Amino acid sequence: MTTNATGSVRIEHEVGLHARPSVKLTQLAKTFQSKIEFAASPDGPWVDAKSIVKVMGSKTPKGTMLHFRAEGEDAPEAVRALIELVERDFEPTS
Amino acid sequence: MQTVRLSGTPAAPGLASGPVFRLRSFERSARRTGTADEERGALADALAFAQQALEALSGRNAGDEAATILAFQLALLQDEEITRPSYAHIAAGEPAHNAWRKVLDPLIEDYEAAEDHYFRGRASDLRDLRDRVLEALLGGGEQAIPPGAIVLADDLAPSRFLAADWSGGGLVLEKGGTTGHVAILARSRGVPMLVGVDLSRIGTCDEALLDGHEGSLVLAPDASLRQEFERRRATWAQQAREEAQHLDVEARMANGECVQVLINVARPEELSGIDPQHVDGIGLVRTEFLFRGREQLPDEEEQYRVYRYIVQWAAGRPVTIRTLDAGGDKPIPGLTREHESNPFLGVRGVRLSLRRPDVLIVQLRALARAAVHGDLKVMVPMVTTPHELAQCRALLEQAVQQLLDAGVAAQLPPIGMMVEVPAAALSLDAFDADFYSIGSNDLLQYLTAVSRDEAELTALSVPGPAFWRILRGMTQHGRDVKCEVSLCGDLASDVRHVPELLRCGLRTLSVAPGALAAVKTAVSRSA
Repeated sequence: MTTNATGSVRIEHEVGLHARPSVKLTQLAKTFQSKIEFAASPDGPWVDAKSIVKVMGSKTPKGTMLHFRAEGEDAPEAVRALIELVERDFEPTS
Repeated sequence: MQTVRLSGTPAAPGLASGPVFRLRSFERSARRTGTADEERGALADALAFAQQALEALSGRNAGDEAATILAFQLALLQDEEITRPSYAHIAAGEPAHNAWRKVLDPLIEDYEAAEDHYFRGRASDLRDLRDRVLEALLGGGEQAIPPGAIVLADDLAPSRFLAADWSGGGLVLEKGGTTGHVAILARSRGVPMLVGVDLSRIGTCDEALLDGHEGSLVLAPDASLRQEFERRRATWAQQAREEAQHLDVEARMANGECVQVLINVARPEELSGIDPQHVDGIGLVRTEFLFRGREQLPDEEEQYRVYRYIVQWAAGRPVTIRTLDAGGDKPIPGLTREHESNPFLGVRGVRLSLRRPDVLIVQLRALARAAVHGDLKVMVPMVTTPHELAQCRALLEQAVQQLLDAGVAAQLPPIGMMVEVPAAALSLDAFDADFYSIGSNDLLQYLTAVSRDEAELTALSVPGPAFWRILRGMTQHGRDVKCEVSLCGDLASDVRHVPELLRCGLRTLSVAPGALAAVKTAVSRSA
């Protein structure tokens, strides 16, 4: 069954979406079946969260409100997991 | 081919001889292309090959900055935004290598044109990845660097350096500097290396002799040159063997007195090639590497992690970390003053830090947090008056208090000063410092009024009676008040000066990692 999910979180990581945070974000996004996108504004433009080229290309700075949206069977789990990743500053779960 | 002798700048010491391996420049290489299906297969193979190589590298370089770079390249390699258009170009009739370039080149240009310094820096990662795949396409195995070769190249990516087996081999680059990333790696892994060698007109040849001490490269040597080189190598190897025996023992002078020999570190990567058992600690960690070449200054967390890594590496041995020493010959955009009429006499070191407490406090907080993990000391550069050091101490104490109040683990580390300004060197008793470390490079420059980069005047900037007299005064003060006085400038790494430094009363030297064995040996031969 396909569901939709959305959520937002402010990115507090000092450098914004640089290489390390971007790699973590795409790695996590790829563990979900759903199509996952994010944007710096609720009405886009939307960026494919599974593409490192797109995520780094967004050049998102610190303090940006990241809006996630997902579509697919595991959409709610995907959005929750990604928000948690940003909230714990891209650190691995301890 | 006739014997050719080329000279360059020594970037890592040592002698190497062996077969010449010229790394191809991709623009000039030709590749036989097949049908669209074959090309698709060729690209898929090359991508898989590159991925394997990157994964093997990540396994060997886990945990440090290199791991982030490799993870980024791996993620790019697996990104459909890159692979899909590449295969589309092939379907449209392009050979695989052109298809790959057509996707990567615009991306590289885009990063190169970025306003943000950080993103511009990532262009080199993309180039590294582009070339890795191109190389796999252009005949894979052939371009793998053979073990033990003398490698001649325009430039070399750090990941390629890390992937090669350098045992017995050496590296000669047309571009690159002695302080570049590859040069640092070469020094820490003991690979002889030269930079700035004009390779444009050399023909094909089989054999080369590389001397990383005097900075020479001999191509197609004749028998007598080879013999002479072997003699030099034997002497050097014998000397290195003798010196290496001093590495894992305490440095003791002939009279039995112990001398602490520590190392200077400019980048944490250097530590991976050094055995902590061979050192008495780290006498100087330069922190400029954290601040240089980036858009945003490093935050407390990033700094804390780096300092903690270094302190944990030292495993209980003392680690002296110098607060940011920007200015002079180390400008940092957005931080140091531009167009100072004389930057070495300008707003640099602690003078700049006290004018930018926002930057200094972040660093002091990170240091106080890392102090919990070992024997960390904080050193303040370019101190001229007691008040400057007192201000830094007050800020450090305040930072510790605030961390503790917030429930963050922190500890007040000892705070000392780098002695570089003659006015300070002549009045150590006026300073409330927990230790003194002599920065001989700047102290000599200020004492002799000779610029450090004035090649014509090097004969004037050697230590003379005035320098030794000041040095004796400082070590005497240290003994009087039982306070450590060490020396962390280049002088300590130069074995010719070691006996005199010891005669002046110094018992703690901090040296370049590459000079460790030689300095310990020189100490053991000093009366």
